[in-house]
Amino acid sequence: MISKRRVVITGLGVVAPNGMNVSVFSKAIQNGTSGIRLIEILKKLNFSCQIAGLPNYKKDYLNNYFNSIQLRGLQASGMEYGVISGIDAWKDAGLSINDNDTPLWDAGVIFGTGILGVDKFREAIYKVDEGNVRRLGSTTVIQTMASGISAFLGGMLGCGNVVTTNSSACSTGTEAILMAYDRITSGSAEIILAGSTSDSGPYVWGGFDAMRILPYKYNDIPAEASRPMSASASGFVPGSGAGALVIESLDSAQKRGATIYAEILGGHVNSGGQRSGGSMTAPNSEAVQQCIKRAIEKSGIKADEVDAINGHLTATTKDSAEIQNWCEALGRKGADFPYINSLKSLVGHCLAASGSIESVAAVLQLKEKFIFGNINCEDLHPDIESLVDRDKIPTKTLDFSANIIAKASFGFGDVNACVIFKKY
Amino acid sequence: MTKEELLSKLKIIITPYVQNQEGLKNLTENTDFIKDLEINSANLVDVVLDVEDEFDIEIDNEAMEKMLTVKASIEVIEHKLAVK
Repeated sequence: MISKRRVVITGLGVVAPNGMNVSVFSKAIQNGTSGIRLIEILKKLNFSCQIAGLPNYKKDYLNNYFNSIQLRGLQASGMEYGVISGIDAWKDAGLSINDNDTPLWDAGVIFGTGILGVDKFREAIYKVDEGNVRRLGSTTVIQTMASGISAFLGGMLGCGNVVTTNSSACSTGTEAILMAYDRITSGSAEIILAGSTSDSGPYVWGGFDAMRILPYKYNDIPAEASRPMSASASGFVPGSGAGALVIESLDSAQKRGATIYAEILGGHVNSGGQRSGGSMTAPNSEAVQQCIKRAIEKSGIKADEVDAINGHLTATTKDSAEIQNWCEALGRKGADFPYINSLKSLVGHCLAASGSIESVAAVLQLKEKFIFGNINCEDLHPDIESLVDRDKIPTKTLDFSANIIAKASFGFGDVNACVIFKKY
Repeated sequence: MTKEELLSKLKIIITPYVQNQEGLKNLTENTDFIKDLEINSANLVDVVLDVEDEFDIEIDNEAMEKMLTVKASIEVIEHKLAVK
């Protein structure tokens, strides 16, 4: 059998509620700094949950990333987050913006989203309903098409390989990384800018508020609201932002002399088919377990080699089921269970962006040798405590040099993705 | 409105969401929406909205969280109708 091409991560970018770039974000997650705050507009609009994770920056920050024409009428928060994180990751990898007339045939973009340009779409709806369609201008389509984000990035960077947007709800970001991995191992590309982004605001979060799956008793104490694995978890806090990773063949990275953050050993995506306990909104546990098992198998490692898990763990009643699934899939429990954490305690659930932002966090843990602490789970859920030793769920950041971290994301539609990162 | 009238109206409301028809045939006060009727938990929100429309009441978050059984739902509806 011909051995697979090795694939590594050479650049990171992030726009998170608790950090607008990788170095600030890394400090924030190590210090347990929450990015969740009261959002005035949600209060004004009678939301039950009036808090969220929202990236914090001044509009003129965008001048570093967009030209004045691109900024005209820009009303797509997900586009802003995605472009900032994507360009940052590209530059972090030591790659330059292609100012040549020839596209970079071996470099592509796979950048997912759930929905894009919601505020732009709202503006368009008003204009169309007023019979004023001619006033929409030229930017409505490019800001509201889902693939707007990969199209913007692909054009800015001059990529000539695949330029596409994937969408699989809250597993989108992790799936994008695995799509990039597959594309590179198959020899179809050398470099892929992979990531995902999620729009923010009332029109994105309203549907979740209506489903009553968001916590509504923490509007006065936002930093305490997101409580993954806790007995008092009462729903996920909506978040937003973007994460980006430059994924590259080891050959290409070595040829360029690039800094290597971590290696991607492999992974798996699947679906529970909305059967056997799975539904549009709930996971089929058998599928989750199979996804993790196959990710490990395809990575050529054994379950006992996993040092840490970055879970999906949203702070709903499903957290216990997720821990149970990890126990079953890995055949490990109690003191033998790996360290596990959830970034959502700090930034909320960044929806389509969650998988990529959380993967950036997982990769930083490998590179900078720490396991960030989970906040708000001092009162560990009893079902979880019966499965996993307390000290495997750190509440403070640990100095720990993990060799292998498993990262999983699960999404509406009963879809799962699991990727295995290894220290390089 | 008598309890029987309430129950029959509630039964009409929940019927489209029920996945276990046997449970619906044996509907009692103690019937649990998720365990006995296999209503998808995500659909409980829609049941509550339909109840609001039918009885012209508004059900707050705390009250909604209680509405997991026929008995609890009837109590919530009776209370909301009484304070209307």
